[in-house]
Amino acid sequence: MINFGKPLALVAAVLTIASCGGSSKSSSSANNVQAITVNAGPAGGYANGVFTSVSVCVAGSSNCQTVNGVLVDTGSFGLRVLASALGSVGGSLAQQKDASGNSIVECAQFVNSVTWGPVKTADVGLAGEKASSIPIQVIDPTTVPIAAGCKAIGPSEEDLASLGANGILGIGFFIQDCGGACTKSGSGNPGFYYTCAGSSCQVTGVTTAQQVQNPVAHFAHDSNGVVVSLPSASGSAPSLSGSITFGIGTQNNNGIGSAQTLHADNFGNLKTSFKNQTYTGFIDSGSNAYFFLDTSTTGLPDCPSSESGFYCPSSPVNLSASNSDGTTSNTINFTIGNASQLFSVSADAVFPTLGGPNPSTFDWGLPFFFGRKVFIGIEPPAGSGPFWAY
Amino acid sequence: MLAVSLATAASAFAALGGDVSSVQADQARLQASERIIPTQKYTVHEMQTARGTLIRQFVSPEGTVFAVSWQGSAPDLEQLLGSYFDQYVQAVQAQPTRRARGIHIDTGDFVLESGGHMRFVAGRAFLRSKLPSGVSSDQLR
Repeated sequence: MINFGKPLALVAAVLTIASCGGSSKSSSSANNVQAITVNAGPAGGYANGVFTSVSVCVAGSSNCQTVNGVLVDTGSFGLRVLASALGSVGGSLAQQKDASGNSIVECAQFVNSVTWGPVKTADVGLAGEKASSIPIQVIDPTTVPIAAGCKAIGPSEEDLASLGANGILGIGFFIQDCGGACTKSGSGNPGFYYTCAGSSCQVTGVTTAQQVQNPVAHFAHDSNGVVVSLPSASGSAPSLSGSITFGIGTQNNNGIGSAQTLHADNFGNLKTSFKNQTYTGFIDSGSNAYFFLDTSTTGLPDCPSSESGFYCPSSPVNLSASNSDGTTSNTINFTIGNASQLFSVSADAVFPTLGGPNPSTFDWGLPFFFGRKVFIGIEPPAGSGPFWAY
Repeated sequence: MLAVSLATAASAFAALGGDVSSVQADQARLQASERIIPTQKYTVHEMQTARGTLIRQFVSPEGTVFAVSWQGSAPDLEQLLGSYFDQYVQAVQAQPTRRARGIHIDTGDFVLESGGHMRFVAGRAFLRSKLPSGVSSDQLR
């Protein structure tokens, strides 16, 4: 999913043991605010990555690990953590098994990569909220070698250097990472889940309950969505601090107010119009720039090969596009700067004007979140989504 | 059993840079899910796969698959890219820039661009040297 070059430094993850025992019952005034920070991440060198800390516990116990430097990703669903970041807790998490007692191992499919590793059960804690006994993915290519069918999707990201994070917290609007398609057998199954006898793995259908779960949808309270809130950034900066508030309209700090709601389609997309043409669009904190269209459509030149994949206009360009779900629409103004110049300041990790080409879709990445409150409504039964509101 | 059926389905696609004859062979096997769209400068072979990916293969008048595009569930790129898959993997792993979710590879001839989010991927790959004259990459969606 993530590729970045020239990590500034390889910093050992700071892991601390935290207690997350005690009662899961919380009042409706549970602490629902989780701190998040845009910075260079636990490996260094990450541009426009937003990170947080997650508590992972052996289900029903106080045997927990707090994992820092986990990427906050509204474009995926479910928690994935590097085995190396879980310490001794990782080995104590219960392995998910099929009816024959074989291990369930996942090939989680991101855009240009996969993460591979066993599905295990854990209690997941964020702020004062807890998802009890949900399946998560432990990213670990060593216990069971990556299956050939998974390799065919793309390269695997399996360590801190390749992932740029200690894990990925998927809190988009779907409850499972795959959904109905992965319950099928045969060629209609997109191949997220494998059953492995030793190191021999085959694609398998699994129930939606067995799939890796969006932890927010399983909170006792505030489970119908999230509000991602980041301040505006007038220019590049080393870091930017904000919050995720859990729940929408469930407490006095997460009301939707005057934000406009845009419903997503079954794929998790909306429509984005730019210069009188309409494209598939979506909003995604796990994308680190505005990725849209191509040079011939936008007039924005590609960067030289050292920054290939980003736009490099000679001076900042102001643009606008509109998002629509067929009922509601609104216009977004944004600015694209020169990525080579932006990246030349090595201390910076927050880039509000970072953009790049993406010929087939209009991806409102992390810069879209700067200066906004973005509500993400989870699908039923947890919420009334899938929708965005801002 | 499952592995066999998946392999059969996967082999129904011609690969980038391959010959149209393999696409034509696919038509008989996948007639229910394939349609052919002729244009002035090339032919588009469109297939909806069982796993939920809309795949388009662009065939030149000379009979070469000069481009492929995909939209929906992540496709089997190894099958779709054929001999270019290794270049793709190497380029992803060596990507020099700080980019997340989305990929833009340009080796001079082989170009691959892809974006999306979990449960949805859209992208394309093409060979510059094989683009029919008068065809721009904009048309390859």
